[in-house]
Amino acid sequence: MPMRILPWLIIPPAAIIGLGLLLQGISAIDSQLYFTWGYFLEVLIAGTLQGVMYSLVALGFVLIFKASSIFNFAQGSMVLFAALTMVGLMGWGLHWTLAFLATAGVMVLLAMAIERAVLRPLVNQPHIILFMATIGIFYFLDGFGQTLWGSDVKQLDIGIPRTPIFIFEETFEGGILVNQFDVIAALVGGALVAILAIFFQKTRIGRALRAVADDHQAALSVGIPLKTIWAIVWSVAGIVALVTGVMWGSKMGVQFTLALIALKALPVLILGGLTSIPGAIVGGLIIGAGEQIAEVFLSTYIGSAIQDWFAYVLAMLFLLIRPQGLFGEKIIERV
Amino acid sequence: MTLKRLLIGSAAAALLAVPVTATSVQAQDEDNAQYFPGLQYRSGPYAPSGIPFANGYADYLEMLNQRDGGINGVSIYYEECDTAYNNDRGVECYERLKDAGPSEPAAWSPLSTGITYALIPRATQDRVPLLSMGYGRADASDGRVFPWIFTAPATYWAGADALIQYIQEEEGGDLQGKKIALVYHDSAYGREPIATLERLAEEEGYELSLYPVAPPGLEQKATWLQIARQLRPDWTLMWGWGVMNSTAVQEAAAIGYPMDRFIGIWWSGTEPDVRPAGNAGTGYKALNFHATGTDFPAINDILTLLYDEDEGYGEREGVGEVNYNRGVLNAALTTEAVRTAQAEFGERPLTGEEVRWGFENLHITDERWEEMGLAGFAREIQLSCEDHEGGGSAYVQQWNGEAWEPASDWIQPRNDELRPAYESSAAQYAEEQGIELRDCSEEM
Repeated sequence: MPMRILPWLIIPPAAIIGLGLLLQGISAIDSQLYFTWGYFLEVLIAGTLQGVMYSLVALGFVLIFKASSIFNFAQGSMVLFAALTMVGLMGWGLHWTLAFLATAGVMVLLAMAIERAVLRPLVNQPHIILFMATIGIFYFLDGFGQTLWGSDVKQLDIGIPRTPIFIFEETFEGGILVNQFDVIAALVGGALVAILAIFFQKTRIGRALRAVADDHQAALSVGIPLKTIWAIVWSVAGIVALVTGVMWGSKMGVQFTLALIALKALPVLILGGLTSIPGAIVGGLIIGAGEQIAEVFLSTYIGSAIQDWFAYVLAMLFLLIRPQGLFGEKIIERV
Repeated sequence: MTLKRLLIGSAAAALLAVPVTATSVQAQDEDNAQYFPGLQYRSGPYAPSGIPFANGYADYLEMLNQRDGGINGVSIYYEECDTAYNNDRGVECYERLKDAGPSEPAAWSPLSTGITYALIPRATQDRVPLLSMGYGRADASDGRVFPWIFTAPATYWAGADALIQYIQEEEGGDLQGKKIALVYHDSAYGREPIATLERLAEEEGYELSLYPVAPPGLEQKATWLQIARQLRPDWTLMWGWGVMNSTAVQEAAAIGYPMDRFIGIWWSGTEPDVRPAGNAGTGYKALNFHATGTDFPAINDILTLLYDEDEGYGEREGVGEVNYNRGVLNAALTTEAVRTAQAEFGERPLTGEEVRWGFENLHITDERWEEMGLAGFAREIQLSCEDHEGGGSAYVQQWNGEAWEPASDWIQPRNDELRPAYESSAAQYAEEQGIELRDCSEEM
């Protein structure tokens, strides 16, 4: 095990230092490129913390894909629906903790409804049919949530501080700026991953989920109820969507565009692999840091507003080396 | 959440799959009704901005119908189509609506620079005016080249000029050596002010830095790191729309950028832009070309005649907000153009060509604003065959945490410099398109 961890302890710091040295070298030749180690670390930290937010979105996709091999197109609208419901309940005077719990209940009910009304009738259908069904769920939830709770931009304030703080002020001139909200969001993301890891590894349901993920037929043959497992996994994905909605909604307000943040998960999934929770985390960190560094330091040469497509380019570069993603399962088919 | 709402929600959600939806204000007498088509957006990522505008527009028309029986007794027939701020759907809506009314359309107002660009040739061919109020092509202010397009009361170029004048005054008159950043929606809309800001940079001696943001603008962390930690500008301007605005305000606050040195164009200065940021948005400024609030007799008539009777298009709380009042202004300018044309052609439903005459002879003085129940709502506007902008005044408003309040007097853009720029750009367009310039002296 230590030998497996060793590369992860060596490669990331080495890559960061190497990239920093490269940019420092370029800035020495070309004064157009602004570089200081403090600024570089500031961008890197901001990007990494942003990456955790991407990971939160990607986690919802991974959970459902692991258990049912369905790429859930509706994950973004689940995020929006959850956030709208929570803000709506808070508007009725509920404290945010109660609103959160009530919304979690709504998401479980939603998962059961999806399993009963959409997935169960489509059992044994090709994956593309199930994928298209999730497109239908996307449009339904998108319109349903907004019709119930309105299309206005809503403020979601659960008391997370947003003020910037400066660290390492003695080491770097001007210090390194970090926003408290981003740090707290990263901690929430980390806690969620830890809880999911325990759930999958240490509980009976978690083991059943993994069994279904490995082989539906084999899981059914040993008595694991596929329909119940699907309802559970959609419920867990719904709660992950709720946490994601709360963090993103607190950051930018609850509005239609929350549904579009699913697009930010795609390069993360390409890079991390569709079936790996650690992949979603590491993929999110790499995409987050990579796109911020590209936007700040490469925009001098190739123009600004590049971070969206750069994320996909970065993911594709990784795919050239590992087609199944960093942590994805290598599928070997005998023909 | 009642069962009724749940059922309506389910039905509406199912209807979202249909690309175009419509609502309408029914005229009391359809045979003698003037048709007002509405290209609005109540769905899609920009709906939070589009809905209040659409409500203000429709409520004003409905109020005129109920209070005055329309315009001089000619009732108003309003049909709306949802473009979702999408150019393709905008054109589809245009084609669907143009023959859907009891008369020729009075005018089009697509509330989108992209849709405006797409509709300029169509409106020109169909001979119906298009009012792009504070958006669209700035050079369309030259009525000799763009006879059917109106830009009143101000263009983006005029807005850029007004913003620089405001900053100049705040800086004691000298911008030499100052740094100004522009954060803009990376689209035709966002790029509109760049030429003007660059020209002014040469004239005034400030350094302009450009920061495009890819639509819809959810990701701006890197942009704001560059602005606040690398460039450290004296002022930052924003040409944003929808979620880009609220994200920018929050990212700027998150990085500690001083809000009172951050100013948006009028499409970046609405309540949905600042409310998600909470207290962090306090102090943020934006340009505006009309008043906010409900302290106007015409808006009180809307509240009394429509909202007291539960017939308003939106929520009562939204009446008087920036985008709502902008919808009211758009409707008021169009109905006044119709009223002006009626004085020439008679009190009956008019053709697009006749309404264009109304626009080109539109003169809303302060006294006329007062007669309309909108005293002080906007500045005097006078259009002509040549000048389709007519005025261009704007003021800076500032968010106090709960509402917008004026932070400057009205600023008059320097039209002696802007006008030649409009004419030069329009002449280039005319040459490219093979358009022969109108001789306005023959149309007086």
